[in-house]
Amino acid sequence: MTGLALLIPIALGMGLFGLAAFFWALRSGQFDDMDGAAARILIDEEGDDLP
Amino acid sequence: MTMVQPQPTGEERTVLVVPGMHCAGCMAKVERGLAAVPGVSAARVNLTARQVAVTHAAGVSTPALVDALGALGFPAQPREEELAAPPSAVKPLLAPLGVAGFAAMNVMLLSVSIWSGAGGATRELFHWLSAAIGIPAIAYSGRVFFASAWGALKHGRTNMDVPISIGVILATGLSLYETVTGGATAWFDGTLMLLLFLLAGRALDAAMRDKARAGVDALLRQAAPGALVVGRDGNVEWIAAPLLVPGMIMRVAAGERLAADGEVVSGQSRLDNSLLTGESAAVPVGVGGTVHAGTLNLDGALDVRVTAAGQGTTLAEIAKLMDASGQARSRYVRIADRASRLYAPAVHTLAALTFAGWMLVGHAGLHQSLVIAIAVLIITCPCALGLAVPVAQVVACGALMKRGIMVKDGSALERLATVDRVLIDKTGTLTLGRPLPDPAVLDALEPDAGRVSLALASHSKHPLSRALVEALAARGIAAAKLTGVLEVPGRGISATWLDATGQATPVALRRPGEATVMAAALDIAGRPTWLIPFSDRLRPGVGQALQALAGLGVEASILSGDNAGAVGEVARATGLTAEAAADPLAKRDAIARLQGAGRKVLMAGDGLNDGPALAAADASIAPGTASDVGRQAADLVFLGDGLDALPRSIRAARRTMAVVRQNFALAVGYNVLAVPLAMAGLVTPLIAAAAMSLSSLIVIANSLRLVRAAK
Repeated sequence: MTGLALLIPIALGMGLFGLAAFFWALRSGQFDDMDGAAARILIDEEGDDLP
Repeated sequence: MTMVQPQPTGEERTVLVVPGMHCAGCMAKVERGLAAVPGVSAARVNLTARQVAVTHAAGVSTPALVDALGALGFPAQPREEELAAPPSAVKPLLAPLGVAGFAAMNVMLLSVSIWSGAGGATRELFHWLSAAIGIPAIAYSGRVFFASAWGALKHGRTNMDVPISIGVILATGLSLYETVTGGATAWFDGTLMLLLFLLAGRALDAAMRDKARAGVDALLRQAAPGALVVGRDGNVEWIAAPLLVPGMIMRVAAGERLAADGEVVSGQSRLDNSLLTGESAAVPVGVGGTVHAGTLNLDGALDVRVTAAGQGTTLAEIAKLMDASGQARSRYVRIADRASRLYAPAVHTLAALTFAGWMLVGHAGLHQSLVIAIAVLIITCPCALGLAVPVAQVVACGALMKRGIMVKDGSALERLATVDRVLIDKTGTLTLGRPLPDPAVLDALEPDAGRVSLALASHSKHPLSRALVEALAARGIAAAKLTGVLEVPGRGISATWLDATGQATPVALRRPGEATVMAAALDIAGRPTWLIPFSDRLRPGVGQALQALAGLGVEASILSGDNAGAVGEVARATGLTAEAAADPLAKRDAIARLQGAGRKVLMAGDGLNDGPALAAADASIAPGTASDVGRQAADLVFLGDGLDALPRSIRAARRTMAVVRQNFALAVGYNVLAVPLAMAGLVTPLIAAAAMSLSSLIVIANSLRLVRAAK
């Protein structure tokens, strides 16, 4: 039982943390432009002098 | 109207629609190109909405930004606010989906240990924990269904959400009772999983609508944004279409579309009315002539006194007709709702019979009977049924979108699948709707004459010049070197050509003096004049597309507003029967006649005059080049030149509905197996959870076969 008393709050805490992170992402507009986010990673950085 | 919001730092924000963006390269070019414009501090692309938000100093005008994008090769338009993005359908569903997912996973974790044999105090603790997580989560995520079910019940109707809500509320109440009294079974896991699957189905359906709508909106928002208005003191100012008022004088250059109805006060030109009336021949206008919004000015600059703008134009008449025409569509009941009309009473009767049977015949006692009846409700809750329609439609729409066919919502596919008759507009739908140079003449041009005409034409915005540039560039011809280019509106372009040997020759591309057909004349000094005729052409692959339609058992005919001669020519070329000179009302009535005779009609059209017919037909499709009214009224919009989109989308719609029916059969088949077990009182939460996931997975797997539906 002592194991449970420790593990269950940890499991729930991690789940809640994930849920909170999802809500934060939703509020901060990260789901507004799904196609753009996927394409943006392919844009090269500025500056042609980079090797 | 352009969206201009004052920023705290004295900067402004303008949103431009850029339909041409489709990849990372485009995004980088647009963002960097705009950032390089003086006064612009930031530009951020939204690729899904095909928009770019520009933050800039107050002095930077919208046309300057549009020009900067044009120079980069991206035609852009300020966003029209009245057509602002409708509220996203999927966003309000994401948070309930996230909560249901979180709660379902955690409660399942606790349930697994109960199923594995946890007993006594541990089981009670786990039940209490499940209740603490489950009840708030069910209350939050279930609102989507409760609200819709309540709305239906208030009006004395029922829908899929009514049995869902009743099942969820009863199961939650029973589970809470079991938890409080220390009972053996609680159903929080099954209830949450049900909500999760159903919300996933809803979210998919909404995401599809959002995606298609974003594509159509990007096209829509670039329509007639305004006009150059000549002030009293002679200076010219750009004014957005909604701000135009009668009495203003607008200057319309060749190649521009009119933004309002009016009367010509100076200038002479020819107008292309094809979007408005379907008439393919250009109409000459002079001083005193009446012109309408939406027509294209072909030749010379016109000064037009606005007589009616916005809601007062000829368009308003057509809009009124359209409003009255959408009855066939609003009468249509989606297949999921038709299924639930049968399903909901059946399920509730079964549950009630089970309860009564155990009470009266089985003498099981109130509690036991209630538990079994609720098990029946949970096991029959339309989990796989909730996924049966949206998953199939999402997969099919994705496949169609890859082929350049945008479907506005799922019900369009359902209606399209029933179609057995198609009416096709001529100008702009069966034909390309724009003048194209005669390919035989282009083949016969000497190579250097081709290069000279490309160079000349590239200096003009005239529709004929643009068509010539496109056709010559497609043949891989490079432009010749010209100096001293001069364009005289209404006349043509003249220049001096420097050939490879450095010899200078005067050349000109002009309007021919006495030609009866639409044509351009190419003069090269010392050579005979070339006459390049232009005409509207049938879309490529029309023959195959019509054959494919016939193969699908769909009878096709032409319904055009053009004159009988022009329609007859196309009818002979395609072998279709035709009705000519039909005005918007006649088109709508033709559809009503066919519908009265029991036919399901697909209308394919592009013009403003097709609007009421597109709205009245059982399903409708428009090319991407259509008028904004056409695109708005149509269920499907296809990009590209080919007409093969028609048979392709009908075929895909029929396959989709076949898969939807299979999905229903699978879901009902699962119920046939599971319901007797539940009625016998043999179903435990473990069996319910396993059955629910399995039937949902099978339905999803079956729907994924539609990935190749648009082949």
